[in-house]
Amino acid sequence: MSSAHVELHAPAAGSFGGGFAWAFRRDMTIAWRHPGETLLVIAFFVFVASLFPLGIGAEPELLRRIAPGVIWVCAVLATFLSLPAMFAADYADGSLEQMALSPHPMSGWVSGKIAAHWVASGVPVIALSPLIGLQYGLATDTLAILAAALALGTPVLSLLGAACTALALGARGGGTLLALLALPLFVPVLIFGAGAADAQASGLSSAPHLSLLGAGFLVACVALPPAVCAAVRIALD
Amino acid sequence: MPAWSYLASPATFYGFAGRLAPWFFALAAVLGAAGLYLGLFVAPTDAQQGEVYRVIFIHVPAAWMSMFLYFVMACYGGVSLTFNTRLAAMMARSIAPTGAMFTFVSLWTGSFWGRPTWGTYWVWDARLTSELVLLFLYFGFIALANAFEDPRRGDRAAALLALIGLVNLPIIYFSVQWWNTLHQGSSVNLRGTTMHKTMLAGMLLMAFSFWMYSIGTALTRVRAVIIERERRTHWVRGLAGARA
Repeated sequence: MSSAHVELHAPAAGSFGGGFAWAFRRDMTIAWRHPGETLLVIAFFVFVASLFPLGIGAEPELLRRIAPGVIWVCAVLATFLSLPAMFAADYADGSLEQMALSPHPMSGWVSGKIAAHWVASGVPVIALSPLIGLQYGLATDTLAILAAALALGTPVLSLLGAACTALALGARGGGTLLALLALPLFVPVLIFGAGAADAQASGLSSAPHLSLLGAGFLVACVALPPAVCAAVRIALD
Repeated sequence: MPAWSYLASPATFYGFAGRLAPWFFALAAVLGAAGLYLGLFVAPTDAQQGEVYRVIFIHVPAAWMSMFLYFVMACYGGVSLTFNTRLAAMMARSIAPTGAMFTFVSLWTGSFWGRPTWGTYWVWDARLTSELVLLFLYFGFIALANAFEDPRRGDRAAALLALIGLVNLPIIYFSVQWWNTLHQGSSVNLRGTTMHKTMLAGMLLMAFSFWMYSIGTALTRVRAVIIERERRTHWVRGLAGARA
């Protein structure tokens, strides 16, 4: 229902950029008018991150040691929780089929939707990570590296997650199935992302981890949108 | 029309697979018996690890098959997406449970070997972790393939997932390798081996035995998938009528 309030008609001549901008604006408008979903994801991220000191104990040395890993796992789970918002509602009310009929190439508007998902779920996580890092007693330089690693890694999570959530459209066993599909694929991003801040905290260079994350980001930008399009086409078939 | 397209018809392949499967099982049994005899009775005791090393005659071939079968499964998935063939997707479906089983066997035997040798059942080592992720990829494939009312939809979605996982597998492997690894390096590579000849022979025989077993189970399973999918067709009804 949410998408019904937003303009759905697209111009006659299609282009990648046109489709991207149109879908991005549309999904951002929906996210803006229904801020509850985004706020829930943010609340989840902050709340789960503050559960760890309660469960493990509040020794500063221990918290400093586990902080990058904990923040990354929370970021991965927050991204995962917001994945169904990307396609599921549009699939359920038929908007996705309408978009597939639009003159824009599918890769354009699919990429726009993924970008909007990242802005609505990844950017708040990046922005809040220094705050949680401070609670865990991380040094300033480590906080910066942590935010940089999240900035490079969360778009990859959104891209990988888009492929998985499109594959699972209309499947039985929704959320559990999505966890089984997406979380194993998130493993490399988690390792390099947490590794960057870990290396910085222990006095090593974080450059190799950040370079690998950057390389992964570029490869994902090129390789995954076609895969997401293929998955959406399978779902609409 | 080329000869292979004749076999691409599920109705023809049903009979073909039924005739071939027993031969592959027989080969698996013969090779397995020879491999176990070499491995458990002929091969010498390892100088460092003692008798416990003998688990490699199951562990290493199972680990090889777990990765090889995923590759084969993804190839069938790719073929089914590219040429829109039904049989290739059914083969991918039929390979997955055997692949998952071998992944589990390699993890299980590895942890039994790790207890006396490393002093622990499990470590978060590169190879163990990527093998565990491989097990989850298999589970994801099986779950997705069976998650739809329309089996063709499950075929296509699972095939695409297998391809995404295939690209990710080396990345996962190299990402976890960044941790200090405890798992010993491979003793076999293309240039030669550091192993005793009978040990190597036993291991290779077991690997071929597992391979033949995988083909046998995949062919048997694909018959079940074919007959379930085609249950409303004349030839399956005819088959049931002939048996009754």
